[in-house]
Amino acid sequence: MIENAPALIVILPLIAAPVNLIIGLWRKDLCYLFTVATLSACVLLSVDVLVTVISNGVITYKLGGWAPPWGIAYFIDHLNAFMLIIVSFISLVVSVYSKKSIEKELPDKVVHFYTVFLLLVSGLLGILITGDVFNLYVFLEIASIAGYALIAIGDDRAPLASFNYVIMGTIGACFYLLGVGYLYISTGSLNMADLSELLPGMYNSRVVIGAFAFLMVGVAIKMAFFPLHKWLPDAYTHAPSTVSAFVASTMTKVGAYVMIRIMFTVFKPYFSIELIPASAILGWLAVAAMLFGCIRAIAQSDVKRMLSYIIIAEVGYIVMGLSVGNRMGFTGAVLHILNDAVMMSCLFLSAGSIEYKTGTRSVHNFAQLYKKMPLTMAAFTIGGLSIVGIPPTCGFFSKWYLVLGALESQQWVFAATLLISSLLTAVIFFKVLVNVYFGSQSSADFESSSGHGTVVMDEAPLSMLLPTGIMAIGVLTLGFFSGKIISNVIQFTVPGGF
Amino acid sequence: MEIMDFIISKYNYLIYIILMMIGFYAMIAKNNLVKKVVGMNIFQTAIILFFVSTASKKGGATIPIIQYGHGEATDIINTAQYINPLPHVLMLTAIVVMVSTFGVAIALLIIIYRKYNTLEEDEILNILKMEDGK
Repeated sequence: MIENAPALIVILPLIAAPVNLIIGLWRKDLCYLFTVATLSACVLLSVDVLVTVISNGVITYKLGGWAPPWGIAYFIDHLNAFMLIIVSFISLVVSVYSKKSIEKELPDKVVHFYTVFLLLVSGLLGILITGDVFNLYVFLEIASIAGYALIAIGDDRAPLASFNYVIMGTIGACFYLLGVGYLYISTGSLNMADLSELLPGMYNSRVVIGAFAFLMVGVAIKMAFFPLHKWLPDAYTHAPSTVSAFVASTMTKVGAYVMIRIMFTVFKPYFSIELIPASAILGWLAVAAMLFGCIRAIAQSDVKRMLSYIIIAEVGYIVMGLSVGNRMGFTGAVLHILNDAVMMSCLFLSAGSIEYKTGTRSVHNFAQLYKKMPLTMAAFTIGGLSIVGIPPTCGFFSKWYLVLGALESQQWVFAATLLISSLLTAVIFFKVLVNVYFGSQSSADFESSSGHGTVVMDEAPLSMLLPTGIMAIGVLTLGFFSGKIISNVIQFTVPGGF
Repeated sequence: MEIMDFIISKYNYLIYIILMMIGFYAMIAKNNLVKKVVGMNIFQTAIILFFVSTASKKGGATIPIIQYGHGEATDIINTAQYINPLPHVLMLTAIVVMVSTFGVAIALLIIIYRKYNTLEEDEILNILKMEDGK
């Protein structure tokens, strides 16, 4: 491993952001290449870190050489390294995709887009890598503020959606900060590993329980966990399509990661599962999230809004896996973080390509679209089937583990709800797909093109098609590797005591 | 008298909770978007008050500046004499975060105002409904 790889992963995009701005003053077209190059380096560094973690175990990186309880330390175990790969890889794929889409949607903001995008990636990678709860807060805010700005440059309603996100996101971040403060006054430490050693003696203290509650509510807002999801559908619908693809597939998952860290690293599973009824509350809210997300998604005609509501349901799946408190459920939740990130980016990228070519987001206008854009629609279909959980796609495997986890702890309702919500997503996607492949063309959109019934094939450009295709292949193949992923990575992330 | 003692000994924490609730109320219930942003600021400031309060110590502890620093500090530093500097440092970072959030929120309000010519939430929602109806 490169000696300073853990620090470089965060610092590289952070420094690249202002450099990008300066490059943009000189040559606008270089910004794209520079961003792609920076993010490629991040992917390589993350792979390097994951390989080292798999072969040598946990890495402790002391920033500036200061020992952990006083200085900030980066602890990288299997979970961090795994998440780093997901986020850096998706950021690379989305940045490759962004070229044409940004040139069309935001022609005069190309430079600023890439600058803020790099800041967002840097913030997310920082959240994943840090081992210090206050440092995590700072990165959380870097990522959120960059996210507010990126969402606000979307369509007409984006500023208002972004403003609501600012208000909700700030409440979340402040609650998190309060929780950190309560932990600090009761233990005198901000280091996660240190906290997990100091806290067990104080599990009955009301301050500590209050801190846990504040942390969980703060994170739940950031990851749009039902009933704190109100900001998500608007924000993700009105954002530029590139931004939606990246934010939708990573930000809620990073929130889920923070929740895992708080529940199982800072606090021991004994506290969050047995001592206080957190797991029961989370589990039943997750049930509500799964049902609510899917039912609302059925009613939507805007494809991005429909996918946004599905994200709420997917967050429910992940939290349900965590709340059952056994090995199977936890494995399913971590695997679902990966699978959901891949399938959501696949779906949002293909939705972005459709919008790029046809200018529509309404699923009613998708009739016979497979003739016009066969490859994009194939990717969309694969992503949709994976959300439903049809076997060869990766969505099936994580849902399988989640159901097994729910059954193992005899939570019949959880398992049943998961199946019901899968059926509901089947209704959603089959409705759309039937229209895409067999729908009748009644809309006036196509009549001008070339007569009735014959549509000229008009695919998205290669720079958009390729990333979508990579994600679709990922959806198809990750399922077959899930056994390997679990035996090499995920089984080491399961907290002790499960 | 007990309640008086309680209030006097913990008044800064009580003020932090009151301030936080004022800010929270404004963020949720106010109709004007600028008032929401102001509420957000009050909310964040309350947290700063909380953190800074936790740094204080009983018995006349002062700011952690050592009088004869740099090589001449021969005395053993008695930590009870100085307040805990760490919460202050954390809050410096939090203030930076607060200012940037405030900046982004105000920038968004400018765009919103240019678009709808109002900053009242109900009026904006009415305009949006009219747009949907078209």
